[in-house]
Formats: sequence, C-alpha cells, structure tokens
Amino acid sequence: MIRTQALIKDFVVSRTSTVHAVRGISLDVEPGELVAVLGPNGAGKTTTLRMLTTLIPPTSGTAQVAGYDVVAHPDRVRAAIGYVGQGGAGGASQLVRDELVTQGEIYGLDRRTARGRAGELLDALDLTEQADRKIESLSGGQKRRLDVAVGLVHEPSLLFLDEPSTGLDPHNRANLWDHILRMRTMAAEPMTIVLTTHYLDEADTFAERVIVVDHGQIIADDTADALKAELAGDLVTLRVAPEHAATLAAVAERAPGTRSVDLRTRDEAGGAASTVVIRAADGPGATPGLLRAADAVGIEVTRVDVARPTLDDVFLGLTGRSLRETAVVDPTGDGPASDSRTTTNGTANEGTTKKEVLA
Amino acid sequence: MSAATLTPGTTPTQAVRPLPRRSFLRDTRIVLVRELRPVVRDPFSLVFGLVQPLVFLGLFGPLLAGSAGETLGGDVWLWFVPAVLAMTTLFGTSVTGSNLQLDLSSGVHERMLVTPLSRPAQLVGRALKEMVPVVAQSAIVLLVMLPFGLRPDPIGAVLTLLQLAVLGIGVGSLSYALALAVRKQEWMFWVVQQTVLFPVMLLSGMLLPLETGPAWMRAVSSVNPLRYVVDSSRAAFAGDLLSSAVAWGWVAAVATAALGLAVGVRAMVRSAD
Repeated sequence: MIRTQALIKDFVVSRTSTVHAVRGISLDVEPGELVAVLGPNGAGKTTTLRMLTTLIPPTSGTAQVAGYDVVAHPDRVRAAIGYVGQGGAGGASQLVRDELVTQGEIYGLDRRTARGRAGELLDALDLTEQADRKIESLSGGQKRRLDVAVGLVHEPSLLFLDEPSTGLDPHNRANLWDHILRMRTMAAEPMTIVLTTHYLDEADTFAERVIVVDHGQIIADDTADALKAELAGDLVTLRVAPEHAATLAAVAERAPGTRSVDLRTRDEAGGAASTVVIRAADGPGATPGLLRAADAVGIEVTRVDVARPTLDDVFLGLTGRSLRETAVVDPTGDGPASDSRTTTNGTANEGTTKKEVLA
Repeated sequence: MSAATLTPGTTPTQAVRPLPRRSFLRDTRIVLVRELRPVVRDPFSLVFGLVQPLVFLGLFGPLLAGSAGETLGGDVWLWFVPAVLAMTTLFGTSVTGSNLQLDLSSGVHERMLVTPLSRPAQLVGRALKEMVPVVAQSAIVLLVMLPFGLRPDPIGAVLTLLQLAVLGIGVGSLSYALALAVRKQEWMFWVVQQTVLFPVMLLSGMLLPLETGPAWMRAVSSVNPLRYVVDSSRAAFAGDLLSSAVAWGWVAAVATAALGLAVGVRAMVRSAD
C-alpha cells in the first residue's frame, strides 16, 4: 500500500541554512494495516505525510502510494487516498452537507450519488443534526468528525490522518476514534490507516504498528507491546530515606535483570524523600529480589511502585529524551545514552518529569 | 485479510479502479458552485460592499457637480456613476484574496490540493465567481441612481456590466495570486493591496478628470487598464457604443483578465509547498 525508499526532504531556508526535515525514510505498509507514526514536534512526521499525499515532492528517494509513484502519477495517488490534515477541511461559511456533496463531486460522483454518500456519512459520523448548519457554528469535535467524513467520501483504501485528535478533549478523542475504527471495518476491504500523532496513548491504544520517528529518521518500528518489552522494560520505584538512597541504588545496580537505575531526591511536605527508580525487564518479578537485597543491607523501603512501560519510555530508551518534553531543540545535543546503566543524581530534570508522569 | 494474498511489490487491488473522468470545465464548475453557495445563501452580504460606492455617490457626487460640473459638460451622473461602478468592481474584487487566505490558514486549501481536482480550475472557478458580486452590486447602484435622474443608454449599461465582470475576473485573479504569493506573511496582503489600489484608482480618472491634471499623470494613466474601462463605461452610458473608447475598454478588460488568470493559475499550481 505504501512503499518508500530512502525518502529525503530538505528545505532550503536561506543560502547558508538547509533544514533536513526527513533524512532517508524507507517504509513498507501492507494493505489493511493501522500504523501510527510517533515522534516529537519537528521530527519529520508531517513532512513525510505531505510527501506521501503528493503535497510536496521528495528531494530524493521514491515513494509508491496505493500502487503509484507520488511524483510520476500524483493524480492516481490523489484519487486513491483520503487525507485528514491538521487543519479543518470545511470552509467556515459552507454548510456541512454541501461540503460533503462537493467533495463527492470532486472525486467524480454525480450530484445524486454524492448526495446519497453525504447522507450516509452524516449518519455514520453523527452529524445528521448539523447537516444544514454552517461549519463555523460546529463544535471542535463535530468539526473533526466532518474532517474525517470529508476524507472518506470516496471510500479510499488508504486514509492518512495528520494528528487527528489534537485539540480535542479525551471524551471527544475517544468518540472520534470510535467512528474511525467503525468506518475502517465497515469498508469492503479493511482500510489502511496511517496516522501521525504525538499522543502516546493514541498510538498505544489504536495502532497495530508504531513507527517512531526522530530527527527525520525511523528509529523503531514494531507493535507497541514489542517496543515496550524490548526497548523500555518495567519501572520499579522504591522510596527510601535520603541517606540510604545511594546505597540502595548500588544494590539495585547489581540485581539481576536491572537495566538502569535512577536516583532522585525531592523535598516534600513531610521532609526530603528519595526514590530509586529501576528499569527492569520484568518489574513484578524483580521486585521481591530487590526488597530482599535492600533488607540484607539494612535499608527500609517505605513504598514500592511497579509501572508498566509507556511509549514515552520507549522513546526515552531510544533517544534519551522524553516525548512529553516534545521539542527537537538542538539536533546535535542529544541527552545521555540510556541503554547503558546510568546513575544520575536527583537534579536531572528529565527524570523528574518522567517520574511525575509515571507516578 | 487481503494482505495475505498480496506479495510485496505488486500493485494493490484498488489500482484497478478506473479514474473517474475529469474535465477542466467540470472541475471549474465544482469550484465555482462551491464559491457561490455562501453568496447565494446570504445575498445581503453583497450590500456591505455597496456602502463605499454609495458614500461616494452621496457625498462626492454633489461636490463634483458643484465644482467641475461645467468642465464635465452636461450630466454629471452620466460621468460619475460609471466611475463608481468601476470603483465598486475594483474594491470588491481586489480584496477577494482574503477569502483564499482563510482557506490557506485553515485546512481547506490543503484538502483541495490532495484531491484530484485540477489546480488551474481551483483558480479559474474562484475568479469566475467574482463576476456575480460585480454584476449584482453594479445593478443595485444603477437602480438606486435611477430616481436621482440617471438615464444611461440601456444597452450601454448592460455592456458596461459585462465589461466590468470581465475586469473583475482579472482583478480577482490577481488578488488570489497575491494571497498565494504572500501566504507565509499574511499581513503583506493588505499592505500590497492598499498600496496598489489607490494609485490605480486615482490614475484612472475615476474621481476627477485627468484632462485637467499634469502631463505626467496623463502619461502614467495611459498604462492603467482601469482608465480605459472607465472611459469605455462613460462612452457606453452616453450611448456612444461604437466609439474607440468602448473598444479600448474591452481590450483593457480582457487583457487584465488574461494576465490575471495566467498569474493566478501559476501561483495556484505552486501553492502546495
């Protein structure tokens, strides 16, 4: 359905500076897959999508989408794909139904068929009540459902969603996804869906395959579960008195199955408290051993928390940065390498952010 | 699942689906109809565009009659109303690029670019739509002026509306081209539009006769297409339908439309990146 080879996109900003937005993406997506492209802002997700949807030509490399080369046969590609961009698809002063009918006609339906199709989609996406309203009067969730409807008018076999639920509250996000997944299975052949997102839970919950992109390159590509198991591991958090923290960290480092150890100290209402955060392949299995080892050196652990990894942990494991801090600030200034065992002290702000997320 | 039956690299199943037949005219009609819908549904919006010409008619017309009535000779309305129609056309169509700016900043334009809709048609359809407000607003101005003693040659008046419609296609296209050209610095649109608008208006002899101005102004105005359209409208209103002024008016209007469409289509085709 999609096949790209060494896709590259450079933007020449000025005579002296060129932004390498996409640096060689090779990718295969089979029919029926639901793929999430995950990465921080500026990672090259949207640029990649814009090349695959024929909006911009690649600087080099090739891309076949729905069987056709995006540069040689853009019209064929355009006829086959549906696209829901980051912005709204409906003109503010247009009526909801009119936009759907127009979109149908654009794809070659006659007026009658287009009206019928518009009716079906309004019904399927819960917009029948809003059919004769101006688009500017719709709520955020309704507008986004209309965008999806517009992208589906011609029953595309491949649908691109660029940050589909950005700006929606959790309720509307879940609702939008209900509709997308239903439309996907309603299609005669399962629709292929490629979405970009920087919402971890969105990729985690809905995508069958997650492609992690950073600095314009694919750095991981697998199911969310496999990525988490291979690249992150569980997180075991032990709380101790500050004076014992360093000793416990040393103990944890030696424990079997430990991948990395983080030590943090925070001032809390009840005085300072330290936590030792251990990343381990099997958190629940490693915890009893860790507690026995602590006991053996006379350290009292006051609280234990075992967390399953998130995709954010995967990203952290891959890049040393957290997705939640977004931002590709400085392409050269990567964080600490993280596959090696590192013991950082409590002021590392990166770790603190993550701890709050996981706590 | 169909994935299992496909070996990688083969053409996916939907590729056998034939492309729907496309024609430039059909695409243009789709764009035109879409652009017209808000106008037709809310015709009152056309009236807002009439405030300015009516102000000129009500507050400048009498001054003109008092100060230059004799030099103009005869009927001041026959001299001034055609100019106001040209002014309405100029002001109305030169701002239309801001509609496209809205579509550029939302996702509407991008959505259209990802469809198989012809890109030239996306410009031409929009430009053709400009004829509707031009003709409707001009007709309203004419009707409003009838009770005040305006008596144009009826055929001349109709031909003038048509000529202004053609001019409107050109100015509208240029306005769209401007919106596309400055899409990364949106505020530039109004700077350029205002900077161009007023010189073009004053150098068309719209408000006061150029004959009384200095020679350099007359020289500059000779390359201003609007001047020929204004002269043509005045001749046509006076019933002088076969005059060279009318012929030059058509040349200027058609040339503006052709130039505008050419520039606009070029800008539209390049509007994706």
